[in-house]
Amino acid sequence: MTKVNVYVTLRESVVDPQGIAAKEALQAIGYQEVENVRIGKLIELELAGSETEIDARVKEMCDKLLVNKVIEDYRYEIGEVAGK
Amino acid sequence: MKFAILVFPGSGCDIDMHHAVNEVLGKDAQYVWHTDANLEKFDAVLIPSGASYGDYLRPGALAQSSPAIVSLKAFAASGKPVLGVGNGFQILAEAGLLPGAFLRNKGLKFRSGKAKLTVHNTESKFTADYDKGQEIAIPFAHEFGNYYVDEKTVAELKNTNRIVFTYADGNVDGSTEAIAGVLNEQGNVLGMMPLPERAVEEIIGGTDGMPLFNSILKRWSENNVSQA
Repeated sequence: MTKVNVYVTLRESVVDPQGIAAKEALQAIGYQEVENVRIGKLIELELAGSETEIDARVKEMCDKLLVNKVIEDYRYEIGEVAGK
Repeated sequence: MKFAILVFPGSGCDIDMHHAVNEVLGKDAQYVWHTDANLEKFDAVLIPSGASYGDYLRPGALAQSSPAIVSLKAFAASGKPVLGVGNGFQILAEAGLLPGAFLRNKGLKFRSGKAKLTVHNTESKFTADYDKGQEIAIPFAHEFGNYYVDEKTVAELKNTNRIVFTYADGNVDGSTEAIAGVLNEQGNVLGMMPLPERAVEEIIGGTDGMPLFNSILKRWSENNVSQA
Protein backbone atom coordinates (compact mmCIF):
# COMPACT_ATOMS: atom_id res chain seq x y z
CA MET A 1 0.00 0.00 0.00
CA THR A 2 1.13 3.51 -0.77
CA LYS A 3 0.14 6.56 1.22
CA VAL A 4 -0.16 9.91 -0.45
CA ASN A 5 -0.81 13.21 1.29
CA VAL A 6 -2.32 15.91 -0.92
CA TYR A 7 -2.12 19.46 0.44
CA VAL A 8 -4.70 21.79 -1.06
CA THR A 9 -4.40 25.54 -0.58
CA LEU A 10 -6.29 28.52 -1.94
CA ARG A 11 -4.43 30.28 -4.74
CA GLU A 12 -2.62 33.41 -3.65
CA SER A 13 -4.91 35.63 -5.70
CA VAL A 14 -7.97 34.29 -3.86
CA VAL A 15 -9.11 36.00 -0.67
CA ASP A 16 -9.52 33.49 2.18
CA PRO A 17 -12.34 34.72 4.44
CA GLN A 18 -11.74 31.90 6.96
CA GLY A 19 -8.04 32.72 7.14
CA ILE A 20 -8.77 36.40 7.77
CA ALA A 21 -11.23 35.53 10.55
CA ALA A 22 -8.71 33.14 12.16
CA LYS A 23 -5.95 35.76 11.94
CA GLU A 24 -8.13 38.34 13.69
CA ALA A 25 -9.04 35.78 16.35
CA LEU A 26 -5.37 34.95 17.00
CA GLN A 27 -4.52 38.64 17.29
CA ALA A 28 -7.46 39.14 19.65
CA ILE A 29 -6.07 36.56 22.07
CA GLY A 30 -2.64 38.14 22.09
CA TYR A 31 -0.69 36.80 19.12
CA GLN A 32 0.11 40.16 17.54
CA GLU A 33 2.90 38.66 15.46
CA VAL A 34 0.39 36.86 13.22
CA GLU A 35 0.44 38.68 9.92
CA ASN A 36 -1.43 36.28 7.74
CA VAL A 37 -3.37 33.00 7.98
CA ARG A 38 -4.36 30.83 5.05
CA ILE A 39 -6.50 27.75 5.62
CA GLY A 40 -6.21 24.77 3.33
CA LYS A 41 -6.94 21.08 3.55
CA LEU A 42 -5.08 17.81 3.74
CA ILE A 43 -6.38 14.85 1.76
CA GLU A 44 -4.92 11.45 2.71
CA LEU A 45 -5.01 8.80 0.03
CA GLU A 46 -4.24 5.13 0.54
CA LEU A 47 -3.54 3.42 -2.73
CA ALA A 48 -3.42 -0.30 -3.41
CA GLY A 49 -0.10 -1.61 -4.70
CA SER A 50 2.87 0.53 -5.51
CA GLU A 51 2.32 1.46 -9.11
CA THR A 52 5.19 2.91 -11.00
CA GLU A 53 2.87 5.50 -12.53
CA ILE A 54 1.73 6.72 -9.13
CA ASP A 55 2.81 10.29 -9.85
CA ALA A 56 0.76 10.54 -13.00
CA ARG A 57 -2.27 8.84 -11.38
CA VAL A 58 -2.28 11.15 -8.35
CA LYS A 59 -1.86 14.20 -10.53
CA GLU A 60 -4.86 13.09 -12.58
CA MET A 61 -6.99 12.54 -9.47
CA CYS A 62 -6.14 16.05 -8.29
CA ASP A 63 -6.83 17.68 -11.63
CA LYS A 64 -10.04 15.80 -12.30
CA LEU A 65 -11.72 15.89 -8.91
CA LEU A 66 -9.80 16.63 -5.73
CA VAL A 67 -8.68 20.13 -6.61
CA ASN A 68 -10.44 22.99 -8.38
CA LYS A 69 -7.60 24.82 -10.08
CA VAL A 70 -9.67 27.97 -10.58
CA ILE A 71 -9.29 28.70 -6.87
CA GLU A 72 -6.87 26.11 -5.49
CA ASP A 73 -3.24 24.96 -5.76
CA TYR A 74 -1.88 21.64 -4.52
CA ARG A 75 1.21 19.66 -3.82
CA TYR A 76 1.53 16.07 -2.67
CA GLU A 77 3.92 13.77 -0.89
CA ILE A 78 4.18 10.08 -1.57
CA GLY A 79 4.70 8.38 1.78
CA GLU A 80 6.35 5.17 2.91
CA VAL A 81 5.25 1.98 1.28
CA ALA A 82 4.02 -0.59 3.74
CA GLY A 83 4.24 -4.26 2.77
CA LYS A 84 4.98 -5.27 -0.80
CA MET B 1 -41.97 21.42 -24.45
CA LYS B 2 -40.40 18.88 -22.11
CA PHE B 3 -38.18 19.85 -19.17
CA ALA B 4 -35.93 17.46 -17.27
CA ILE B 5 -35.20 18.21 -13.62
CA LEU B 6 -31.89 16.53 -12.92
CA VAL B 7 -31.91 15.13 -9.39
CA PHE B 8 -28.76 14.15 -7.48
CA PRO B 9 -28.53 12.62 -4.00
CA GLY B 10 -28.91 15.68 -1.78
CA SER B 11 -30.74 17.89 -4.28
CA GLY B 12 -33.32 19.76 -2.23
CA CYS B 13 -35.22 22.22 -4.38
CA ASP B 14 -36.35 19.85 -7.11
CA ILE B 15 -40.00 19.96 -6.00
CA ASP B 16 -40.06 23.76 -6.21
CA MET B 17 -38.73 23.54 -9.76
CA HIS B 18 -41.29 20.86 -10.65
CA HIS B 19 -44.10 23.04 -9.29
CA ALA B 20 -42.90 26.15 -11.16
CA VAL B 21 -42.89 24.35 -14.52
CA ASN B 22 -45.85 21.99 -14.19
CA GLU B 23 -48.28 24.09 -12.18
CA VAL B 24 -47.36 27.66 -13.04
CA LEU B 25 -45.76 27.56 -16.49
CA GLY B 26 -48.13 24.75 -17.48
CA LYS B 27 -45.54 22.60 -19.23
CA ASP B 28 -44.26 19.11 -18.62
CA ALA B 29 -41.29 18.73 -16.27
CA GLN B 30 -40.08 15.30 -15.20
CA TYR B 31 -37.63 14.29 -12.52
CA VAL B 32 -34.60 12.48 -13.92
CA TRP B 33 -32.57 10.60 -11.31
CA HIS B 34 -28.89 11.12 -11.96
CA THR B 35 -28.17 7.49 -12.82
CA ASP B 36 -30.96 7.27 -15.46
CA ALA B 37 -29.27 10.00 -17.31
CA ASN B 38 -30.93 9.78 -20.69
CA LEU B 39 -31.68 13.39 -21.55
CA GLU B 40 -32.19 13.07 -25.29
CA LYS B 41 -35.99 13.28 -25.27
CA PHE B 42 -35.97 16.58 -23.38
CA ASP B 43 -35.91 20.14 -24.68
CA ALA B 44 -34.39 21.77 -21.61
CA VAL B 45 -32.56 20.64 -18.46
CA LEU B 46 -33.05 22.28 -15.06
CA ILE B 47 -30.55 21.58 -12.28
CA PRO B 48 -32.13 22.43 -8.94
CA SER B 49 -30.48 23.70 -5.79
CA GLY B 50 -29.84 21.81 -2.56
CA ALA B 51 -26.66 20.20 -1.31
CA SER B 52 -25.81 17.43 -3.75
CA TYR B 53 -23.46 14.85 -2.18
CA GLY B 54 -23.65 16.76 1.08
CA ASP B 55 -21.52 19.58 -0.37
CA TYR B 56 -18.55 17.30 0.42
CA LEU B 57 -15.11 18.21 -0.96
CA ARG B 58 -16.50 21.36 -2.63
CA PRO B 59 -20.16 22.15 -3.39
CA GLY B 60 -21.04 20.58 -6.73
CA ALA B 61 -17.73 18.74 -7.07
CA LEU B 62 -18.77 15.14 -6.45
CA ALA B 63 -21.65 15.35 -8.94
CA GLN B 64 -18.96 15.05 -11.58
CA SER B 65 -18.66 11.36 -10.78
CA SER B 66 -22.28 10.81 -11.84
CA PRO B 67 -23.24 9.32 -15.22
CA ALA B 68 -25.56 12.30 -15.62
CA ILE B 69 -22.66 14.65 -16.20
CA VAL B 70 -21.62 12.85 -19.38
CA SER B 71 -25.12 13.17 -20.86
CA LEU B 72 -25.44 16.72 -19.52
CA LYS B 73 -22.29 17.74 -21.36
CA ALA B 74 -23.61 16.22 -24.59
CA PHE B 75 -26.98 17.93 -24.06
CA ALA B 76 -25.31 21.31 -23.49
CA ALA B 77 -23.13 20.83 -26.57
CA SER B 78 -26.29 20.30 -28.66
CA GLY B 79 -27.29 23.91 -27.92
CA LYS B 80 -30.45 23.17 -25.93
CA PRO B 81 -31.03 25.28 -22.80
CA VAL B 82 -29.56 24.24 -19.43
CA LEU B 83 -30.41 26.22 -16.30
CA GLY B 84 -28.61 25.58 -13.01
CA VAL B 85 -29.71 27.46 -9.91
CA GLY B 86 -27.93 27.57 -6.54
CA ASN B 87 -26.20 24.22 -6.15
CA GLY B 88 -27.09 23.60 -9.81
CA PHE B 89 -24.87 26.56 -10.73
CA GLN B 90 -22.08 25.10 -8.59
CA ILE B 91 -22.42 21.75 -10.36
CA LEU B 92 -22.20 23.46 -13.78
CA ALA B 93 -19.08 25.39 -12.76
CA GLU B 94 -17.41 22.27 -11.31
CA ALA B 95 -18.23 20.36 -14.49
CA GLY B 96 -16.51 23.04 -16.54
CA LEU B 97 -19.72 24.02 -18.35
CA LEU B 98 -19.47 27.52 -16.86
CA PRO B 99 -16.38 29.49 -15.86
CA GLY B 100 -15.36 30.24 -12.28
CA ALA B 101 -15.61 28.53 -8.91
CA PHE B 102 -17.25 29.04 -5.53
CA LEU B 103 -15.90 30.05 -2.15
CA ARG B 104 -17.58 30.35 1.23
CA ASN B 105 -19.61 33.57 1.55
CA LYS B 106 -17.44 36.54 2.44
CA GLY B 107 -19.17 36.94 5.83
CA LEU B 108 -18.64 33.19 6.52
CA LYS B 109 -22.36 32.76 7.17
CA PHE B 110 -25.20 31.01 5.43
CA ARG B 111 -27.39 33.83 4.16
CA SER B 112 -30.90 33.85 2.83
CA GLY B 113 -33.45 36.44 1.87
CA LYS B 114 -34.66 38.22 -1.20
CA ALA B 115 -31.92 39.61 -3.40
CA LYS B 116 -32.42 42.54 -5.69
CA LEU B 117 -30.83 41.75 -9.05
CA THR B 118 -30.09 43.89 -12.09
CA VAL B 119 -30.78 42.25 -15.44
CA HIS B 120 -27.94 43.11 -17.83
CA ASN B 121 -28.49 40.82 -20.79
CA THR B 122 -31.98 40.59 -22.27
CA GLU B 123 -30.96 38.89 -25.49
CA SER B 124 -30.35 35.45 -24.01
CA LYS B 125 -32.86 32.63 -24.35
CA PHE B 126 -33.39 32.88 -20.58
CA THR B 127 -34.00 36.60 -20.22
CA ALA B 128 -35.80 37.92 -23.32
CA ASP B 129 -38.91 38.67 -21.25
CA TYR B 130 -37.07 41.07 -18.93
CA ASP B 131 -36.20 44.69 -19.69
CA LYS B 132 -32.58 45.73 -19.85
CA GLY B 133 -31.53 47.25 -16.53
CA GLN B 134 -34.68 45.98 -14.83
CA GLU B 135 -34.41 45.29 -11.11
CA ILE B 136 -35.99 42.07 -9.97
CA ALA B 137 -36.41 40.47 -6.54
CA ILE B 138 -35.40 36.80 -6.35
CA PRO B 139 -34.95 34.71 -3.18
CA PHE B 140 -31.54 33.26 -2.40
CA ALA B 141 -30.25 30.86 0.26
CA HIS B 142 -26.62 29.81 0.27
CA GLU B 143 -23.39 29.51 2.22
CA PHE B 144 -21.00 28.89 -0.68
CA GLY B 145 -22.24 31.48 -3.15
CA ASN B 146 -19.12 33.61 -3.33
CA TYR B 147 -18.49 33.31 -7.06
CA TYR B 148 -14.86 33.72 -8.04
CA VAL B 149 -13.51 34.41 -11.52
CA ASP B 150 -10.10 35.88 -12.28
CA GLU B 151 -9.68 39.33 -13.83
CA LYS B 152 -9.06 38.05 -17.31
CA THR B 153 -12.24 35.97 -17.26
CA VAL B 154 -14.30 38.85 -15.86
CA ALA B 155 -13.14 41.06 -18.72
CA GLU B 156 -14.08 38.37 -21.22
CA LEU B 157 -17.49 37.86 -19.59
CA LYS B 158 -18.15 41.59 -19.79
CA ASN B 159 -17.02 41.92 -23.40
CA THR B 160 -19.25 39.08 -24.49
CA ASN B 161 -22.29 40.23 -22.46
CA ARG B 162 -22.34 37.00 -20.47
CA ILE B 163 -22.91 38.54 -17.04
CA VAL B 164 -26.68 38.21 -16.97
CA PHE B 165 -27.51 39.19 -13.38
CA THR B 166 -25.64 41.13 -10.69
CA TYR B 167 -26.67 41.87 -7.10
CA ALA B 168 -28.12 45.37 -7.19
CA ASP B 169 -28.44 46.15 -3.52
CA GLY B 170 -25.37 44.88 -1.68
CA ASN B 171 -23.19 41.96 -2.71
CA VAL B 172 -24.80 39.27 -0.54
CA ASP B 173 -21.93 36.77 -0.70
CA GLY B 174 -18.82 38.64 -1.88
CA SER B 175 -18.97 37.42 -5.50
CA THR B 176 -16.52 38.90 -8.00
CA GLU B 177 -18.10 42.06 -9.46
CA ALA B 178 -21.32 41.13 -7.58
CA ILE B 179 -22.07 38.54 -10.28
CA ALA B 180 -25.27 36.58 -9.58
CA GLY B 181 -25.69 34.79 -12.92
CA VAL B 182 -23.54 33.99 -15.98
CA LEU B 183 -23.91 32.41 -19.40
CA ASN B 184 -21.57 30.03 -21.19
CA GLU B 185 -19.92 31.05 -24.43
CA GLN B 186 -22.67 29.58 -26.65
CA GLY B 187 -25.38 31.27 -24.57
CA ASN B 188 -27.37 28.11 -23.85
CA VAL B 189 -26.17 27.39 -20.30
CA LEU B 190 -27.15 29.78 -17.50
CA GLY B 191 -26.01 29.47 -13.89
CA MET B 192 -27.36 31.69 -11.12
CA MET B 193 -27.17 31.54 -7.33
CA PRO B 194 -30.61 33.14 -6.68
CA LEU B 195 -33.62 30.84 -7.06
CA PRO B 196 -36.14 31.99 -9.70
CA GLU B 197 -38.45 29.01 -9.05
CA ARG B 198 -39.18 30.54 -5.63
CA ALA B 199 -40.60 33.67 -7.27
CA VAL B 200 -43.36 32.41 -9.54
CA GLU B 201 -46.59 33.19 -7.64
CA GLU B 202 -47.83 36.18 -5.63
CA ILE B 203 -48.80 33.86 -2.79
CA ILE B 204 -45.14 32.98 -2.24
CA GLY B 205 -44.03 36.59 -2.33
CA GLY B 206 -43.48 37.58 -5.93
CA THR B 207 -43.40 36.61 -9.58
CA ASP B 208 -40.11 38.10 -10.78
CA GLY B 209 -38.75 34.64 -11.59
CA MET B 210 -41.56 33.87 -14.03
CA PRO B 211 -40.21 35.84 -17.04
CA LEU B 212 -37.17 33.54 -16.95
CA PHE B 213 -39.29 30.41 -17.46
CA ASN B 214 -41.48 32.25 -20.00
CA SER B 215 -38.39 33.30 -21.94
CA ILE B 216 -37.15 29.71 -22.23
CA LEU B 217 -40.58 28.56 -23.41
CA LYS B 218 -41.04 31.44 -25.85
CA ARG B 219 -37.66 30.92 -27.50
CA TRP B 220 -38.30 27.20 -27.78
CA SER B 221 -41.81 27.78 -29.27
CA GLU B 222 -40.42 30.16 -31.91
CA ASN B 223 -38.04 27.45 -33.04
CA ASN B 224 -40.52 24.57 -32.82
CA VAL B 225 -43.75 26.06 -34.15
CA SER B 226 -45.45 22.78 -34.98
CA GLN B 227 -44.85 21.15 -31.58
CA ALA B 228 -45.54 24.11 -29.30
